[in-house]
Amino acid sequence: MALLKRLARHELPVVSFTLNGEACSGRVGDTVLTAILTQSDRLRPSDFSGAPRAGFCQMGACQDCWVLTGDGGRIRACSTALEPGMRLQTMMEPRS
Amino acid sequence: MSDATRPLIVGAGPAGIRAAQILVSSGIRPAVIDEAPSGGGQIYRQRLVADERSAKDLYGSEAAKATALHGTFAGIRDRIDYYPETLVWNLRDKAADAVTGHRTRRIPFSHLILATGATDRVLPFPGWTLPGVFTLGGSQIALKSQGCAIGEEVVFLGSGPLLYLVAWQYVKAGANVAAVLDTSQFSAKLHLLRGLFAQPSVVLRGFRYAAELMARGVAVRFGVQPVRIDGATRVEGVVWRERDVEHRLACDAIGYGFSLRSETQLADLAGCRFVFDARDRAWRPERDGAGRTTMPGVYIAGDGAGIAGADAAELAGERAGLALLEDVGLSVDHVRIGVLERKLASISKFRDVLEAAFPFPQAWANGISDDVTLCRCEEIAIGAVRDAVRDQGVFELNRLKALTRVGMGRCQGRMCGNAAVEVLAAACGQSPDAVGRLRAQPPIKPIPLGVMAEEETA
Repeated sequence: MALLKRLARHELPVVSFTLNGEACSGRVGDTVLTAILTQSDRLRPSDFSGAPRAGFCQMGACQDCWVLTGDGGRIRACSTALEPGMRLQTMMEPRS
Repeated sequence: MSDATRPLIVGAGPAGIRAAQILVSSGIRPAVIDEAPSGGGQIYRQRLVADERSAKDLYGSEAAKATALHGTFAGIRDRIDYYPETLVWNLRDKAADAVTGHRTRRIPFSHLILATGATDRVLPFPGWTLPGVFTLGGSQIALKSQGCAIGEEVVFLGSGPLLYLVAWQYVKAGANVAAVLDTSQFSAKLHLLRGLFAQPSVVLRGFRYAAELMARGVAVRFGVQPVRIDGATRVEGVVWRERDVEHRLACDAIGYGFSLRSETQLADLAGCRFVFDARDRAWRPERDGAGRTTMPGVYIAGDGAGIAGADAAELAGERAGLALLEDVGLSVDHVRIGVLERKLASISKFRDVLEAAFPFPQAWANGISDDVTLCRCEEIAIGAVRDAVRDQGVFELNRLKALTRVGMGRCQGRMCGNAAVEVLAAACGQSPDAVGRLRAQPPIKPIPLGVMAEEETA
């Protein structure tokens, strides 16, 4: 279930992406964080306990919103713009 | 002045933009590096693409200031070397290591103006790592930049002017605000009456926000002691104590913070001497009234130099730019300098009033229980600090970091540093200034893997 609730920007063009393999859509001008959290309630498991995390500061400081991309890269969701065709993963294994 | 004057400004918020403007007006071409895709900083952050909302919708009473600042930056765009979406991750030998995407480069400078801003000062309490808990600044960015509320039923918690501003912005935008829980006492707000003389419009606006929130039925509570955030995998409610009575409110999101903390890592790497600021309860770079640090040619302005807010940042950025001009032997407008310094002094006095009206919750450090997560990155509990003090005789912050990894994770202590200081100081029976200061380490933020290797082969 979504964490964030859209109050504006409803009319902007749709951008398609996949989240854990499932087709999803966001809006032009969304960050990856917004695109994911308007349909889901987590971005990653924490490194050690695996507890769900969904960002915190939204300004590139806390480093709590890293998600995986289809090519194995890691991006900081709050400071990365959503692009068409992104393949995003929020279900990675904990580090230990 | 020689052609060798090549200043670098880090940060394109209110301070950085006003500093750049001053340099440009004297024919100097500064480099401006900023992490965001467009100028404005956090306070006047711009959207990634335009939408149906006006500047008034986004910035409220500050719309004219935001628009003016954006206009200034656009106007000097072709007279600066601008590096957006770029992180300065190290400073060495009069050059900045700056990474854009996967490309890193060294940008040499003759002078450095640091305008690195601030982030929310947060304190851990049970449940603070749950999805749905965001900082106040993060809550504001979700709304301004992304047009989103952080949840369906939002509670704002903490202290500081931002608490009321963000809550009011949420209500205005049509979000459901379930409550505003202020950790400071109502009686503390009487201090604001003193501020009516110094900054009447700011104080009256604050009262208006609180009054409008109450008029719209938002519960505004004072003297709140946070107990916990409930929820298994996301926020389901918040529990707090008020005069020893426990209250619970269902909600699905919490925005919280306790004023701001300065971003000072680059000043540290630049070799600036630091001084403890009792008002901010934090170390900040030592500076004169013009923004000169203890390192020749290194200036600092805005919230990164000590918390003073956006208006002060614009003034201080301009003042730092003028200081640089003075130092390279250019003529400057001394009347203007007098005006800037008087205004900055007035705002600084007003900060004392704000601090008294929204005091730091000093009881937090002794009251927080051992099992609460202190460090979000490395998942280290509060108790680890107390254990290190008791079992290993730790009394200094960097020693604590080495032994417990608190402050060593990806955020480099940005989220846990202030809290670690408070817990360590309390456990040692010391004041916060007595336990030292976290040393900055490059890279000051994570940079993509492969970037270092690319530079080595270049």
